[in-house]
Amino acid sequence: MTAMTVQKTPALSVDRLVKSFDVSAPWLNRVVERKPRQYLQAVSDISFEVPLGGCLSLVGESGCGKSTVARLVTGLYRANSGEMRFALGADGKPLSAQMIFQDPYASLNPRWRVKNIIAEPLRELKLRNSAAEINERVVELLKTVGLSASDGDKFPHEFSGGQRQRISIARALASEPRFLVCDEPTSALDVSVQAQVLNLMRRLQDEFGLTYLFISHDMSVVRHMSDRIAVMYLGRIVEEGDTEDLFAKPRHPYTQLLLETIPNVKHPHRDRIVAGGEVPSPLKPPSGCPFHPRCPIATARCSAELPPIRTLAGGTRVACHLVAE
Amino acid sequence: MAEVDKPVLDVRNLRVEFPGRRGVATALSDVSLSIRPGEILGVVGESGAGKSMTGLAIQGLLEQPGRIAEGEIWLADRRIDNLDDRAMEKIRGREIGAIFQDPLTSLNPLFTVGAQLTETIRQHLTLKKGEARARAISLLKDVGIPSPEERFDQYPHQFSGGMRQRVVIALALAAAPKLIIADEPTTALDVSIQAQITSLLRRLCKEKRTAVMLVTHDMGVIAETADRIAVMYAGRLVEIGPVEQVLSAPTHPYTRGLMASIPELGARVKHLNQIDGSMPRLDAVPAGCAFNPRCKEAGPRCLRERPGLLPVGAGASACWLNAGGTA
Repeated sequence: MTAMTVQKTPALSVDRLVKSFDVSAPWLNRVVERKPRQYLQAVSDISFEVPLGGCLSLVGESGCGKSTVARLVTGLYRANSGEMRFALGADGKPLSAQMIFQDPYASLNPRWRVKNIIAEPLRELKLRNSAAEINERVVELLKTVGLSASDGDKFPHEFSGGQRQRISIARALASEPRFLVCDEPTSALDVSVQAQVLNLMRRLQDEFGLTYLFISHDMSVVRHMSDRIAVMYLGRIVEEGDTEDLFAKPRHPYTQLLLETIPNVKHPHRDRIVAGGEVPSPLKPPSGCPFHPRCPIATARCSAELPPIRTLAGGTRVACHLVAE
Repeated sequence: MAEVDKPVLDVRNLRVEFPGRRGVATALSDVSLSIRPGEILGVVGESGAGKSMTGLAIQGLLEQPGRIAEGEIWLADRRIDNLDDRAMEKIRGREIGAIFQDPLTSLNPLFTVGAQLTETIRQHLTLKKGEARARAISLLKDVGIPSPEERFDQYPHQFSGGMRQRVVIALALAAAPKLIIADEPTTALDVSIQAQITSLLRRLCKEKRTAVMLVTHDMGVIAETADRIAVMYAGRLVEIGPVEQVLSAPTHPYTRGLMASIPELGARVKHLNQIDGSMPRLDAVPAGCAFNPRCKEAGPRCLRERPGLLPVGAGASACWLNAGGTA
């Protein structure tokens, strides 16, 4: 299943990862209402590899489990089962991962000066010895992300959204990670600012040889950033392939739907027929293929049997009964 | 669209100010726009550019101490910027409908969807209970909610995000207003649902000949929904015109930069175009053209004199470059 066409060793390989959350009602309610325990399967049986120095993007609509994967990878959640393995770095230790969060307004402590926010990982992980060294490193990081040394004395509220996201990036880079998990890093930003942040992230990737696991719902951003894309639907990967391949020839009907609904600024197709339906509740996932209630080509087999993910010639993986080899 | 139609909304030289301890901040300055029946005007800009503020000013919902310092707002044949609160209350909902960003917070969780709809309908139209119910159900049907009779008695939490936004649209349409102000109506929704909502909005607006002011930062939504676009920057209108012209041949350097910074789906580039710097704060707008510090084409005139909207093609643009080539 993990036979992919990536030549390099993967920076991260994830094998059959499962995460479910207990969303049962409190004990007394369960007893009185005679209800069983209830579990929400946020991530079901996911396998993927992130190529070293590359970028894999997870895309999908809200509730598809992409942020849960990000939290599993960074160790904020513990998986129920499955395995994750980081490649070994030059020092013989596994690559360290850091995370950039979506909302630059909520992820920075409003009461701390920017220099202290960036210095925190340095202090906590004892990466620098003296205050002078820490200071020097903070200034270096600020310059790396395009801010000036004097910005360190300011508070987060004095910055715009794009500048705050630069501060979060500087903080993430403080511990010299080789692997960055970016959970919707630009979706709270305006387009012109989004371009600035995306360009910065590309430059840092080249400069420091970073590997990205990029999470977004914006297909145009994903296309710009990633080498490979994995499309998720209700906790599963339904299609994974090289970026150009996936855009040129989407195999899974859900990928086709996603690509179709992207608003196109240059060539708007205004009077198209919009596919109906919504993502079903992950508490009661449909039987068989989770996408079958919305799928335009679903057959009886799709509602009965869960399609396994198969690798096609060319390295694309797809989970659909109706896609020919 | 017939050119003879009288505009439903006509905003003339609007200026909104917020007096504060450190002087007066100008949130909107010299904003003029109009919308005809059945037309969708998209208002775009970065956060803080004044697009939501324009919508609030039209609805008479400016927060204290904000005030309309100059200009006029006309709704059909009536001037509405100088009305008192009571009179404005009658206009909101009846003549101007509103759709907000978050469908969860714009519905009351304690009342059924049907109760909220009939309340709004009976507030504005003199209908009996049964008639109001029938109208509510037909509205739910109009906005594409399956089995509206059953959904009528359900609470907002029983609806998904997309369905809730449909209910909010039904509420906005309840009294058949002349104008709907939709402030980021699809921002909280997923892409596939977003496409459903924008095409619904477009269909209803054309069918009912309602004028729509669509406020959003998402160029994609605008491209697929609006007939005309107004681009705002630092509380000013920088460009306004038909959607095709503004998107494919923008005449203002800011619009050009904005369009270039959108990652394109067709071709893959290593480096995105970006506009360096950020929008000035409203209390520190530079002299002359507000965009001049970030503009690569700015000349001496741009630093001195503020450009007004100059006609270009079928639209208008506030840039000296369009005034005979000498900036």
